[in-house]
Amino acid sequence: MGEFNVISTRAPRLDAAAKATGKAKYADDFSMPGMLHGAILQSPIAHGKILNIDISRARRLPGVKAVMTAKEAGLVKYGVSPARYDETLYAYEKVRYVGDEVAAVAAVDLATALEALQLIKVDYEELPAVFDMFEAMKEGAPLIHDEFPGNLTAEVHQEFGDTEAAMAECDLIVDHTLLNKRQDAAFIEPHCCLANFDLDGKLTLQTSTQVPHYVMRTVAMVLRIPVGNVRVVKPYVGGGFGPKAEATPLEMSAALLARETGKPVKMNYSREQVFLHSRARHQFYAEMSLGVKKDGTMVAVRNKAVLDGGAYTSFGIATVYYSGSLLGGPYKLKAMKYDGMRAYTNKPACGAQRGHGGVIHRAAFEQLVDRTAQQLGLDPLEMRLKNIMATGDVTINELDMSSLGMKECLESVRDGSGWYKKKGKLPKGKGIGSACGFFVSGAGYPIYRSDTYHATVMVKLSEDGGIVNILSGSAEIGQGSDTMMAMIAAEALGVPLDCVRVVSGDTDLTVDLGAYSSRQTLMTGHAVKEAAEHARAQVVEVLADMMKCDPASITIREGKLLFDGGPGKFDEIRKTYMKEHRGWTDPPSGDYLTFKEAARMAYLAKGTIVGTGKYKPPKLGGSYKGAAVGTSPAYGCSAQVVEVTVDMETGEVTVDAMTDAHDCGRAINRTQVEGQMQGSLSMGLGECLFEEVKFDSRGRILNASLGEYKIPTALDMPNVNTIIVESNEPKGPFGAKEVGEGAIMPTIPAILNAIYDATGVRITELPVSPERLYMGMKAKKKEK
Amino acid sequence: MKRIIQLTVNGELAEVAVDPNRTLLQVLREDLGLTGTKHGCGLGDCGACTVILDGQPVNSCLVLAVQANGSDVLTIEGLAENGKLHPLQQAFVEKGAIQCGFCSPGMILSAKALLDQNPKPTEKDIRMALSGNLCRCTGYQKIVEAVQAAANGEYMQGGDS
Repeated sequence: MGEFNVISTRAPRLDAAAKATGKAKYADDFSMPGMLHGAILQSPIAHGKILNIDISRARRLPGVKAVMTAKEAGLVKYGVSPARYDETLYAYEKVRYVGDEVAAVAAVDLATALEALQLIKVDYEELPAVFDMFEAMKEGAPLIHDEFPGNLTAEVHQEFGDTEAAMAECDLIVDHTLLNKRQDAAFIEPHCCLANFDLDGKLTLQTSTQVPHYVMRTVAMVLRIPVGNVRVVKPYVGGGFGPKAEATPLEMSAALLARETGKPVKMNYSREQVFLHSRARHQFYAEMSLGVKKDGTMVAVRNKAVLDGGAYTSFGIATVYYSGSLLGGPYKLKAMKYDGMRAYTNKPACGAQRGHGGVIHRAAFEQLVDRTAQQLGLDPLEMRLKNIMATGDVTINELDMSSLGMKECLESVRDGSGWYKKKGKLPKGKGIGSACGFFVSGAGYPIYRSDTYHATVMVKLSEDGGIVNILSGSAEIGQGSDTMMAMIAAEALGVPLDCVRVVSGDTDLTVDLGAYSSRQTLMTGHAVKEAAEHARAQVVEVLADMMKCDPASITIREGKLLFDGGPGKFDEIRKTYMKEHRGWTDPPSGDYLTFKEAARMAYLAKGTIVGTGKYKPPKLGGSYKGAAVGTSPAYGCSAQVVEVTVDMETGEVTVDAMTDAHDCGRAINRTQVEGQMQGSLSMGLGECLFEEVKFDSRGRILNASLGEYKIPTALDMPNVNTIIVESNEPKGPFGAKEVGEGAIMPTIPAILNAIYDATGVRITELPVSPERLYMGMKAKKKEK
Repeated sequence: MKRIIQLTVNGELAEVAVDPNRTLLQVLREDLGLTGTKHGCGLGDCGACTVILDGQPVNSCLVLAVQANGSDVLTIEGLAENGKLHPLQQAFVEKGAIQCGFCSPGMILSAKALLDQNPKPTEKDIRMALSGNLCRCTGYQKIVEAVQAAANGEYMQGGDS
C-alpha cells in the first residue's frame, strides 16, 4: 500500500457515467413552465452614434413581453476589474463593435423574439472605425472611449534590476518578435442561461459559467439587486477556457427580462454570437531581446507587448500585466524590463484564455532561447537546463517558486523523446524542438479588492453516517474539480471515494471564486481538506469519548476505524447502531467499526455533523505597481519536445510526436492530470497552426463558425507521451498545484522551434498556415 | 402547417406534430425531452448533436424532422440497456475520455456507428470516424484509447449506469 488510499489513483470522474449516458444536465437542458425566450439585438456596424432607438413596433408584436434598451436597463458601468468598468449592459450614445449589445427582447418563443429584434429601429450615424492595434494608438485615430485618449486601455512599465547595465555586460544580445492572431476558445457548449425571480424578489440564475461568484456580484450590481438576493447556479458546463470567467450580457439580460416580465426567461448565444461576444485570446505583438554570456548564461531580458483588446477592457489589465510578469521565470535572470500597452479597437473585446497573457510572450521568449543557443553553438535544451530555476528560487519580480520540478520536466522530455538521437540529425523537412513554461496555481488576489476567502467548503455527513456530502460554490467546468474535491475529502477522512457526493456551483452554498487562473485544486482543495479534517475531528472526538481513549489513538482508513492500530472493543456501539438502523437495508458488518457507525454516533451526540474549511493565500508579491498580477501560492511548470514533418513543397506542417512533462506538485487524479495536459497541447497546437478569427474591412467576423474557424480534430493531434512530475508543493493540499493552464505554455514555441529545425525558417507570425511557411521558405531560398 | 411524423426512437414509437422547418435535434430535445443530444452549433460543424439514424451517424441539427419520418433513431439515452452501460460508455468512463462531456454523447454514437460497421478498427480508422466530432477538452487521445479498448472487448455490457 502506498502513502495514499484515494488520491494519486486513476479513479473515474464522479460525473463520467452521467455524461456518458446523456443524463448530465447543462444549462440548455432546463426549462420552466411559462418560460419566455430572450434575444439580444447587436450592432451591425463597428463604430457609430446611436441617434434614436424606436422599440414601439417590436413592443406591439403579439407574443412580445418586454423590450429593453439602455433607457430601461440603466447605465450602471461594469466590467471585470473595478479599475476599468467601461461597459454598460446596452450601448448608449454609441456602439463600439459589430456585435455590441443594443437591446433585448423577451417573447413567448424564440422565433417571436427574433422577429421582434427585426422590428427595433435603430438610427446610427456611422463613425470612422479602427481595427488595427497599432493604428488605434496613432495620433488622430478614431477615439473609441472618450475617457481613454490614444485608445490606451492599460499601460505597464516595469523594470527589475538595471537592464541597461546588465545588457552592457552581455557577450551577445539576440532579438525576436512574434505576432499572433485573435483566437476563440471554441468550447463546444455555447453560453446559455435561465433566470427566474421568486415572489420575495430573489433571483435564481442558472448559467453556463466558470465563475458563479463573480456573476452573482456583477448581476447584483448592474441590476441593483441586493447581492444576497442573487443566487447563481452552475449546472454542468461544456467547457470554458477563460471566456466564461466573467458575467455576460446574456446573463444580465435574462435576469433583467425576468424581473420585467415576472416570468422565467431563457437565453442562448448562437455559435456566431459566441464569437461576437468573444472575451477570448488577445492578439499580441511581442518584441524582446535576450542578453547572455558566451557560456549561455542568461542575464537580462527586454520585453515589449502590444495587445489588441477590442472595444472593452474585460480582463485586459491583468492580461497585459501577465505578458510581462510571466517571463520572470523559469530561468534565472539578473534584470528584466517590460513595457506593455493594450489598445482599444472596434472589434469584440478580448479577455482571458487558457494561459492568459503568458502564452504568446512565452512563445516568443522560447524561440529567442533557441536563436541564442544557435548563435552560441549550444544545444537549446542544454542551454535551458543551464539557466533553469529550482525549488526555493525567487524570480526577479518576486514570484516564489516554492516547488519547481522544471529540471525534472526538461530531463524527462529530453529522455522521453530521444532528444540527443534526433536533434541536428533529422533529414530535411523533419524537425524537433523544445520549450518550457510555468503558470500560477491560482491568482494571489481576487479580481475585486477584498479580504474575502477565495474558497470555503462544507463537508456534511449524512445523519445515517454513510454519506459524505461536499457543498461548495466551486465550478466544475469539465476540468474535474468535483472529482478532485471528492478525492481530497475521501483521503482526509479515510473513507472510500464511493461514499462521497458533491454538490457544487451554487452561490447559496459557499464562497468560491471559481474556475480561472488554475486555482481550484490548490485553493478549493485546501478548503475541502480542512473541512473534511474538521468533520473527522468531530467524529473522532465523540468516538474517543465513547471508547474512553485518546483521540490521537484513532485512525480511519478505507472507511474503518482503528484504535491503537486494532479493531478495539466496539460491540456496544454496533449494537446501538443496529437498533437505530432497524428497517434499513444496509447494516454495517465486519471486524472493524465502520466510519458509518462512527458518524452516526457523532450525529446522535452532537446533531448534524458539518465540517467547514476555508482558504485564502497569504499576502504575496512585492510592493511595486502591478505586483499582484502573477503572484500565486505556487507555480506549476512544464517542458515539451515536439517533432514535426514539413512538406517542403507546400509548407504544410504535421505534428508527428509530442512529449510533455508537467509538474503538478501531486497528481490528485493521474488520469485527469494527463487529460489536462493533452487538452492543453491540443489547444496550443490549434493556436499555432490553424486558429485565427478573421475580420473584413468593416469589422465583421468572417469565420464565426466551427467550420470556418478551425480547431484541431482527431486527425490533427498525435498521441502525447504524457509524463507527470510531482514536486510535492509545500503550500498545496497533499502537495498539489495546477495543471490546467501551465501545460499550454511550451506548446507553441516547441512547435515553432521544431519547424525551424525542419526548414530553417524562423516564424514571427501565427498561425503557421502552409502559405505563410511556404512564403518563408521561398524567401529563405532567395537569401541564398 | 404542422405535419404528423412517426419515429422509432430508442426502440419506442413516437408520434410528433412538427413544423416543416423543425429539425430532428429540436424534436429530440424539445418534444421528446431527450436532452442528451447536444446543440453545439446548429450548422453541422461540431458533431455534438450526432445520433444514429437508420444505422448511420448524422448531425441531427441538419436533418429536418419530416425527413426522418418513418426512421429508426438511436440517441445516447438508448445505448445503456436495462440500466447497464454499453461497453463504449464504460470505456469512456474508465479511460478518462470525458471531461466537460458536451461532445461525449455525439462522440460515443459516432464510435458506435464505426464499431457496428468495423468491429476491429485501426487507430487511423477511429480518428477518421471521429473527425466530425469536435472536442476542445481532451486532445482526443483518451477518446481514441477508449474506442480501441471497447473494440478490443475490454468492456462487456454490464457496468452500472
